[in-house]
Amino acid sequence: MRPVHLFALILQNRGMAIRPFLCLACLALLGYFAWNDAVLAQDKNPYEGNPEVAKLGEYQFRLNCAFCHGLGARGGGRGPDLTRAQKRHGNSDAEMFHNIHDGIPGTAMPAATNGGIGVGMSDEEIWQVISYLRRIQVKAPAQPGGNPEHGKQLFIGASGCSTCHMIQGKGGRLGPDLTTVGASRSVEYLVESVRNPSRRLAQGILEAMKEFPEEYESVSVVTADGTKLSGVLLNQDQFTLQMLDTREQLRLFEKAELRSFETRRESAMPVYDQKALSDKDLQDLIAYLQSAGVQ
Amino acid sequence: MRCERTGPEPKSRFFAAFGMTSLGRAVSVLLAGVVSSGLAPIAPAQVTAERLRESAKEPQNWLMYSGDYAGRRYSTLDQIDTKNAVSLAPKWAYQTMAGGKFETTPLVVDGVLYATGADDRAFALDARSGRPIWQYQRALPPDVRPCCGRVNRGFAILGDKVFLGTLDAHVVALDTKTGNVVWDVGTSDYNKGYSITLAPLVIRNLVLIGVSGGEYGIRGFIDAYDAATGARKWRFYTVPGPGEPGHETWEDDSWKIGGAPAWITGTYDPLTNTTFWTTGNPSPSNRGEGRAGDNLYSNSLLALDPDTGKLKWYFQFTKHDEHDYDATQVPVLVDDGERHLIMQANRNGFFYVIDRSNGKLLSATPYGKVTWSNTKDASGVPIERKEASPTLTGVPVCPGAIGATNWMSPTYDPKTKLFYVTAREQCDIFSTAPQPYDPGHAFYGSAYFPNDDAEPFWGALRAIDPATSQIKWELKHLSPSWSGVLSTAGGLVFTGDAEGNFMALDAASGKIVWHFQCGASVYSSPMTYAIDGKQYVAIAAGTTLFAFGLP
Repeated sequence: MRPVHLFALILQNRGMAIRPFLCLACLALLGYFAWNDAVLAQDKNPYEGNPEVAKLGEYQFRLNCAFCHGLGARGGGRGPDLTRAQKRHGNSDAEMFHNIHDGIPGTAMPAATNGGIGVGMSDEEIWQVISYLRRIQVKAPAQPGGNPEHGKQLFIGASGCSTCHMIQGKGGRLGPDLTTVGASRSVEYLVESVRNPSRRLAQGILEAMKEFPEEYESVSVVTADGTKLSGVLLNQDQFTLQMLDTREQLRLFEKAELRSFETRRESAMPVYDQKALSDKDLQDLIAYLQSAGVQ
Repeated sequence: MRCERTGPEPKSRFFAAFGMTSLGRAVSVLLAGVVSSGLAPIAPAQVTAERLRESAKEPQNWLMYSGDYAGRRYSTLDQIDTKNAVSLAPKWAYQTMAGGKFETTPLVVDGVLYATGADDRAFALDARSGRPIWQYQRALPPDVRPCCGRVNRGFAILGDKVFLGTLDAHVVALDTKTGNVVWDVGTSDYNKGYSITLAPLVIRNLVLIGVSGGEYGIRGFIDAYDAATGARKWRFYTVPGPGEPGHETWEDDSWKIGGAPAWITGTYDPLTNTTFWTTGNPSPSNRGEGRAGDNLYSNSLLALDPDTGKLKWYFQFTKHDEHDYDATQVPVLVDDGERHLIMQANRNGFFYVIDRSNGKLLSATPYGKVTWSNTKDASGVPIERKEASPTLTGVPVCPGAIGATNWMSPTYDPKTKLFYVTAREQCDIFSTAPQPYDPGHAFYGSAYFPNDDAEPFWGALRAIDPATSQIKWELKHLSPSWSGVLSTAGGLVFTGDAEGNFMALDAASGKIVWHFQCGASVYSSPMTYAIDGKQYVAIAAGTTLFAFGLP
């Protein structure tokens, strides 16, 4: 039986009880059609370069996206800067459409069509948003004019960043991996993260259906035998706690079995003020982060 | 599969192509269960109107969304109690494989469980084992785009039919034995933003439903359909038309797109033959300009005659709402001696106690952080503080856009005399902007933003003493929960959290006595039932329905 015939039958019998096997068949078919549609219609922005559509997209963005990505798409505490031409999860029309339409697994980015909290977006509205993002995107971020080579030396040397942060597989893992942070976050966000790391904590694990990801909070525990440990919180719920201690050892606890524990909405990262890192050195460091993400 | 041949003739080419009817399958499954367990056959569910009215007489069954007409979500089952709950264990799990939030409250009737899932999927299970009896999938139009998830909260039941509302705004009756569609009626146009996510309420021979769509500028209504035929018996528009009382509370033509959707299941008082429904925000939700007035009956409690849909009285919680403070929380009926009351922990942060006979407000007390209102009118109704009105650049207001609670069910426990509600502590920046109405498109008149400098969002299960409106105890959730609450005569309350735990608490103290990690945030309200003298507690989480019991 050709799929199209089966599909027609399903439509004829709209809403009837179906057996599990058929249910799967329907899903497979619907998936096939969705995929087919995606291939045919969703790889190229049909409104490319249309300023009126971009204007509509600006409104849609405000409605659906600004909560995380900020007004003007410059990035907020939650979502990355989308004015950058280079996007962590893909720059092409097709990739952006897919990311908005279906969400990005493992991140806080929801599927627009599933309407996690708010109203979902139609395909047309998604293209409007993409048109808007194309209009405001800048090829390269405003260059701080820093020296990326010197920034790299600071990162792996004097400033000690790589003790806790990885770039392209090298470095520590107490803090978030910074391979793509330069490519996805605004300079303002990067500066704030260095100068005032506790203002907005970086995001960690996002669990199934949960609204908000875990953040990189600091944690201290005293175990039943009196051992004191501190480090970074990976995750916790009402009953358990998962952390990396300062030696990057994974520690898993039942809260009820601990003598005490404390989580703090403070970054474990030291504040890099002017004395610890001059403005010039910070520029170099950011230049390095930006170049690292592009490679 | 011997029963295959005893089934009726295939009803359609669709089933014929696969050589079997779903009825045949249902019968075979049921009989197989009988043979293997050696028990008497399970009689097909025949839930009469009388049984619904007297649901307290059969606590082993869960016959409607909130468990009883009073909306208490309380069960007299007491086999699972504060002493033995520590040994609760999963008895079975059923996977719907439907993506999206799983918000259902199952019904259980005489050993069979009926539930709906995301994407308007539905199923009947052997409530002992979780094994499927039939499954149903609504073939939704590809362009249906409901706000806030492709969700459904459950069935209503009467006779040999279960009833569900669909995301394309239909009401559908399914045969309890087969899952076959008996009737299917459209209520309104999904292209204009109408959808149905709530579980219907059956009163006598009528199926009552309301609609969602407050984000799209719909005109809300509550409908009643003949359970036998699907014929519509009445409609009550929650936004009055020209010539009707309340119409004057809308500016110009704003009533036509006034919103006020009734998207949570109502309750019913058989003694006075009154059904109570609640309504959501006026549209656009965050822009009051252009709809000057109180905007009746948005954010209101409506007392209706279930036979005619005639309004007996109303009470409006939030007048001229600009913060999306839907009143769509189950209005719980509580009798306190001679006093017949309605209690509601409202999304706007106040706990209301209302006289059920006339709609008169008795008290309104905050149960969470509230900044939108700091004064009350002469009758004690909290009213908006001028400075809380959204602006172009935004103003911080508590509670935030999701509210101090939301649609998740509260519970009232007549033994502890406490009202339990899932509360949320979140303040948002409310901004507003002009927006033209475009049918079927989002119509908020706003965007809202998190308040980065505010303390992190959190939540709590709160036990409110209605006598004083004070909070007796609270269980703090690490992050806000979307789980409803169940109370039982075993001295327990059950709830879930955003980290995926399903928990039993001592109803008197709030102490956690048992928990289970479901693996996904809970977006549903628990229920309980019993079969063969064994009590079960069920909760939906992720794409899975779990049932727990004692060893």
